[in-house]
This record gives sequence, structure tokens and C-alpha cells, in this order.
Amino acid sequence: MTSELQEPQPSRLHIEPMTSEFEEPQPSRLHTVIASVDRLAGSVFIFPTVLALLLLSIFPLLASLYVSLARFKIAKGGFTLNFVGLDNYQKLFIGSERTHFLGSFAPSTPLSWIVFGVIVMALAIFLARYFLNTRVSIGGLVGRLLLTLGLGALTWMLVHTLWGDGRLGTVSTTLVYVFVGIFFQYILGLSLAMLTVQNLPGRRFFRVVFLLPMMITPVGVAYMFRMLTDTSKGPFTPIWQALGLVDFSWVNNAWGARTAILIADIWQWTPFMFIVLVAALESQPVEPVEAATVDGANPWQIFQHITWPAILPVSMTLILIRLIEAFKIVDLPNVMTNGGPGTATQSLTYHAFINWRGLDLGASAAVAYMLLFLVTFFGMIFVNLIRQRVVETL
Amino acid sequence: MKSNNMLTRVLSILIMFSVLLTACGAPAATEAPAQTEAPEVTEAPATTEEPAATEEVPVTGKMYEGVTVNLLTFVGPQVAEPLQRRGPDFTELTGATINVITVPNSELYQKALTDMATGTNAYDAFLFAPSWIVDFAPAGYIEDLTPRIEADPAIEWDDVAPFFQDFNSYEGKVYSIPLDGDMHMVYYRIDSLEEAGLEPPKTWDDYLNVAKTLNGQDLNGDGEPDYGSCISKAPAQQSYWWIWSIAAPYIQSQGNTQGTFFNTEDMTPLVNNAAFKRALEVYKETGQYGPPDETNQGVGDSRGLFISGRCALTIDWGDIGPLAIDPANSKVIDKVGAIVTPGSTEVLDRETGELVPCDETTCPYAVDGVNYAPYASFGGWAGAINAAAEDKAKDAAYAFLSYMAQPAQSNADVVVGATGYNPFRISQFEDQQAWLDAGFSQTAAENYLSGIKASLNSPNMVADLRIPSNQKYIQVELDRILAEYIAGNLTTDEAAQQLYDSWEAITDEVGRESQLQSYKATIGAP
Repeated sequence: MTSELQEPQPSRLHIEPMTSEFEEPQPSRLHTVIASVDRLAGSVFIFPTVLALLLLSIFPLLASLYVSLARFKIAKGGFTLNFVGLDNYQKLFIGSERTHFLGSFAPSTPLSWIVFGVIVMALAIFLARYFLNTRVSIGGLVGRLLLTLGLGALTWMLVHTLWGDGRLGTVSTTLVYVFVGIFFQYILGLSLAMLTVQNLPGRRFFRVVFLLPMMITPVGVAYMFRMLTDTSKGPFTPIWQALGLVDFSWVNNAWGARTAILIADIWQWTPFMFIVLVAALESQPVEPVEAATVDGANPWQIFQHITWPAILPVSMTLILIRLIEAFKIVDLPNVMTNGGPGTATQSLTYHAFINWRGLDLGASAAVAYMLLFLVTFFGMIFVNLIRQRVVETL
Repeated sequence: MKSNNMLTRVLSILIMFSVLLTACGAPAATEAPAQTEAPEVTEAPATTEEPAATEEVPVTGKMYEGVTVNLLTFVGPQVAEPLQRRGPDFTELTGATINVITVPNSELYQKALTDMATGTNAYDAFLFAPSWIVDFAPAGYIEDLTPRIEADPAIEWDDVAPFFQDFNSYEGKVYSIPLDGDMHMVYYRIDSLEEAGLEPPKTWDDYLNVAKTLNGQDLNGDGEPDYGSCISKAPAQQSYWWIWSIAAPYIQSQGNTQGTFFNTEDMTPLVNNAAFKRALEVYKETGQYGPPDETNQGVGDSRGLFISGRCALTIDWGDIGPLAIDPANSKVIDKVGAIVTPGSTEVLDRETGELVPCDETTCPYAVDGVNYAPYASFGGWAGAINAAAEDKAKDAAYAFLSYMAQPAQSNADVVVGATGYNPFRISQFEDQQAWLDAGFSQTAAENYLSGIKASLNSPNMVADLRIPSNQKYIQVELDRILAEYIAGNLTTDEAAQQLYDSWEAITDEVGRESQLQSYKATIGAP
């Protein structure tokens, strides 16, 4: 008895037959049915949720994948989706949408070669260290090779479109919005958070004020900044005139327009960084800070050795969330510049929207899939290589 | 106890299955009420067989009690405003509720199309560009309105200018009712040109010369320098139409059947040639004499600048005329002249792709050696009805569109600038009284109406593109390339080549032969 009862039971489902073995050596038909039903219960209860998930997320994802491989056409009484293979992707990389998507590539210059060479060297060192220092696994190797190739290709694109006669495409423009925007949002958010955790007069008031931009709808922010940057009719017109900028417009210049959009984006999203960092700063233990102060550490040393490590995990998560969100920017360029001048301020989402508007649903879905790929690529890099290491070193 | 536990589980599973089954069965249950509404459906054919209902609207009253018409159009205040203002009046007369839903201009085509193509049919009627009916009518999305119009004397269809009758038809059937008539014209400041000793521009070179001379001068007496030319050039708005007003006289000289957009022999685009390149250069050069943020300005911005006296010249539809006499906003009352869009003394030789001087053969319709080709861009806002709407809603929608187009309402709307509606009835061009009553001076009314009439009566007028996927040719590809060009990202040659390639790609995608036949049919080419 003991030996049988002491045997570990792999799951609850096995208990019933065993118990019945003691009570009824020959299990009745009813009990068999009940046992079967019981075995199915878990699956059945979870089925509606699985179905809802499939319907709401997996099927649309697959359907849009099919749309990205098809061409939409109006037909009698409805529409048709004709399978065209990789035509829509081909159009983005080597066809009529190439310049719009990847940008206009300038001829290579010594500077572009130097920058590209430095990045390639860094990637080579990264790969070499992996081979020399760790046990090589197939998954790890494939991941690192993909990362190296992806970053190499993106670097090649950026060094040939960012300066000289090159012109940014929607991929590069989106990357500029994401990385430049997040950098300034984090720095400003952290600075403001550091200020408002000090015992300064009016700090509660300013905490609320600093949060306000996040509460405004992005379209409202976009219209506000469109008005502010208008040199002939906006509220800052006297200032522009005093500076001699009467015949100047932000939107006539590609970088001027991108800067205006970046300022609006930074203004809107700094509060998000700010509020989370305030919480992180306030939740750090006070004892180490007090001890360091007693030991004569200056404020910078306290920040570098105590505060910074304490808020680093939160900061990494915060940046990851903003990274994923920032890739989807569309409202600001749509309202502030209509994507112009030319296509200079169009993001990937805006690009997909323009294709959708022109009824090119296939190309629109293809752009959306490339955006998904980019977000996943950078998200994976961030999670696997940066965040993990930072957290491990703490 | 264990058995009880098992029974509880079994019962839970059974309850859950029954809930699931009920949920799956829900659509069947919802279908039932539709069947019970059968009498309403059976009434409908009787109503549709009597399309003359419109003329009875004021007499019978409340005949559409309880019917709601969902009408989709472009965000106001223009265009949607008269619909929203007159909707309650119509409800008072007929009982039908008019629910006006608005979306941005650039999304209107998509919204209408996806609604009908996917069978959603959330909208019963639309007020959109009549050039889109070539996409919607063959697919059976929109209703043939011919029988209803024939049985509706109140709409006074014969009074609608023939060009607009034709533009709202497809293969001889009327699919949309015009509430607006669109024709590009050039507006100029009479006082400023006179002071500078300049004549209104006859050619696009004259236009550039006037704009250059008056740019930087104070045109409204506020002590600030103003602009020689204001043309809205923001992408994704309506900038793509201005370029065609400039290009038309360089490309077309033998009448509308010659074709301005495509070669009627092989459907190759007429854009990679000296004529279109010259138009691109003119278009770009106007920017040198305009406001600094012109590339980000919409039509509303350029109109605002013109009527506040800040521009010497502008290109626009008929809207500037009524806006310029509005004492509340205008600083240029009785100072605005309207003329046919300028022409050219050179025209495209289609054999060589080069410009050749106008003579009796190359420009048979030239006036004083200048070839004019006024462009009826867009064609005016027009109402269409969703073929899949319920019969009652269709009847009410038609009655409302007819009501809006009837002279009693239309004559009052076209003389007000804020409506966005321009004249489209012959009587509206001939009878000046409504314009005088609206505040036009005799001179201003004559000047304005003669400008439109001269354009409409031109034997070399250019109708807007009306072939399948015209929205993609013009509002997507031309718009994008034009934006890149004026931003300095493309040279003139590159812009012309890119436009040629992208239009060729669309033609190949849709089908070259069918597009050619469609294009020839819409311009009446042999």
C-alpha cells in the first residue's frame, strides 16, 4: 500500500483511476466517461480564451501576411486579392518604392567608409568574443549572425543616406525619430525627476505640470506645434521677426521639419520617462545614500554608485517600452508637415498609411511587416544583449 | 465526495457548452427580426418604382419618417456645411434624418470604397469626386440614378451645364448628382496690377513675370512685404491639381479628345516630355514668389492669404469669387479679377516630345497666338447612392440630393464662399441677380461669371482624369513625386521620369488595353 501511495503522481488525472482501483477493482463505464470528461475539462475551459486570442491576434496577423503577398483589386460586387508572391516586398527593396522606403543612396565617400568600417570592426569583435569566450550554441550563433548582418545593413544604409547627396527613406527617418527622441526624452525625464525628488519649494506643483503633455492627445500636440513653428502666423511670430526669420519656414528644410517633429515628440513623451523615474528614485533605499553622505561622498559619486545602479533596471524597461511605442509614430508628421517636405518626415507607419490610402493594400501590409520586423529586431537586441547584461552586472 | 466533484465538473462543462452553443447560435437569432421586418422590405420596391417622390417632397411631407440616411463626405466647414445646415430643413419636410459623416479629404476614397467593397455598407450615400464613379459604377457599388432623374422634374436636369451632366455619367448613365461645379481659374489683384502697369497674365510666363514684379511689395497697406503668388502646395491635400492647370496648355491644343494625360494610341503617359517638364519648372518657380511655408499650405491657407490682401495672384476653383466679397473677412472687395488659366505660345509635338511654336495647325483654338486649355479639375462635389443601401434609405438619399441640387437651394448655396459650392447650372451663369443679391457688385459679378463661362465654353477645355484607379495616378503618385520635386529631392528630368514609370506601372497593373479604352471613352477620342 505504502509503496503505491508514495509513488509521485505526475498529474491529478492519474489519481482517479488509482483511487478507484482501491474502491472498485473494475471501474464502471460511468466512471470511465467521467474520467475522460475530467481529463478534457482543462482544455475545454481554456478553449474560449485560446479561440479569442486566435481570432483577435494570430488570424489577423496571418491574414495581413497574405495581404502583403497579394494585390487588391476592385471587382464586381466586391473585391479580389490576387496572390503575387514577393512582388510587394520586391517593390520596397528594388522596385518603385525603393527610394521612398530605403532612401536615396549617395556615392561612398572616405567618411562613409570610415564610419562603416568602425561599425563592422565592432561587430566583428563582438562575434569573435562570442566564439572565444562562451560555449557556442546553434541558437546563439544564428541570433548573433542575424544581428551582425542586420546592424551591418542598417549601418550601410544610414552612412549612405544621412549625409552628402543621400536622402533618408522612411526606415532611416523612423530610426532617427526613435533613437534621437528616446535619448533626449530619457535625459530630460531623468533630469526633471532628479529635480522634483529634491526638497524644493513647489515640487508637487511641478510634478503635475510636467505630466500635462502626456495627457494631451497626439493630434492636439501636433496642431499646437504646427502653430508654434509657423513663423508668419504663430504666437512666436514677433520673436521670429526679431531674429530676422520672416522668410524662414521650418518645413522648407528636411532637417528643420524633422527637428520640429522631434521637439514635439520629446515634449510629449518626456513626462512618461519622468513619472516612472520619479517613482524609481523615490523607491530607492535611503540608508546607502545617508551612509555615503556621512562618508563624504559628493552628489555625483552618490548618483554614479548608488542611485544609477538602483534605477537602471527600471530605466531599461522604460526604454524598451518607449522603443516599441516610438516606432509607430505617425500623428505628428501627418498633422505637422503632411510628411513633407517631399517625403522627408514620413515614418514607416505613415508610409504604410499612404499606400493604404492609395488602395495598395499589399504594399501597405508589406511595409507594416517590415516595421514589425524592425521592432522585433531592436526589441530582441535590447532584451537579449543590453538589458540582460546590465541587470546581470548589478 | 469525489463523485460530487466529478459531477460538478461535468455540469460545468455542459453549462459552458450550452453557453457556447447559444453564442454560436446568436446570428440565427438576430436574423429572425429581419424576417419579421419583411413588410418594410416589400414596401420598398413600390417606392423605388416611384422615383418621382422628390418633386412631391414639399407636398406630401413626412414620407420618410423614421428613415436615416448616413451620408459620407469630406471634413467641413466647406462642402459638408450646406448638408449639415439643410439636413434639418429636409427632416422637417420629409421626416428623414440626414446624418452627415465627415472624414479627411485624403481618406474619403478609401472610406467609401472599403465600406462598399467589404459589404459593410455603413453609408447610404456619398458626396465625393465624380471622377471616382468609373471605379464604383462598373463594380456595381453605386446606384444608377438615371430613372430617378428622368422622373424628377424638380431637379431641372436640363439646366445643369452639359459638361457637368457628362462628368457625372458613366457609359450614358448618371451615377452622381452635382452640387458643385469646379473649374480652375486664375485670380489677380486688379488694383495692384494696375498700379504696377501690368496686364492680367495671358501665358504662364506672364504669370511668373507678374508674380516676380509684385513679390515683396506691400499689397494690403499694412507696411509689410507681401507675395506675388500664393498656391497651396502641401502634400496629401490638393496640390496635384494645380500642376495640371499649368501643364494643360503646353500639352493639349486640339481639343479634349486629343488627350492630356495619356497618349490615345498606346496609353503611354504624356509626362516625360518638354511640355510637362516646362510645367514643372513654372510650378516650382512660383514658389520663389510665394510665402515661405507654401509647401506646407493647404487650399484654406492660400485662400486666407489672398482674401486678406497678401497675394497678387492665385490659382483656385470658383470659391475665391464669393469669398472675396465677404465683408467680414475680405480686404479685397471689388479688387479681384478672374480670368481663364493662362496659356502658352508653345505646344507639345507628340512625335518628338519637344515644344513647338503655336500656329494655325499646332494650335487651332489659339487666341492671339496663345493656346488656352482651362482645366475642369476635380469636376465638383457630387452625390451618389450606395446600391446596397435599403430601398427606403436610397429613396430618402436621392430625395435629399435632389433637394440640395434643386435651384431653390443650389442658387443660394453657390453664391456663398463658405459653402465650397460653385455654379454648375446654366441659369447660375446667366442670371446675375442672385450674385448681386449676395453682395457682388455688377462689375465683380460680370468678371467672375465671365471667367467661368469662358473656361466652360473653351473648345480646348481639359476634363479631369476619369479612368479606373485615377485616384492612384493623381492623388498618390503625382502627389508624392510633386512633393519630392518641390522639396528639391528630384531634378525636373528625374521627376518626369519617375512619374512616367509609376504611371506605366499602374497602367500595367490595371490592364493597358482596358485603361486605354476607358480613357478614350471618357474624352470622346475616336
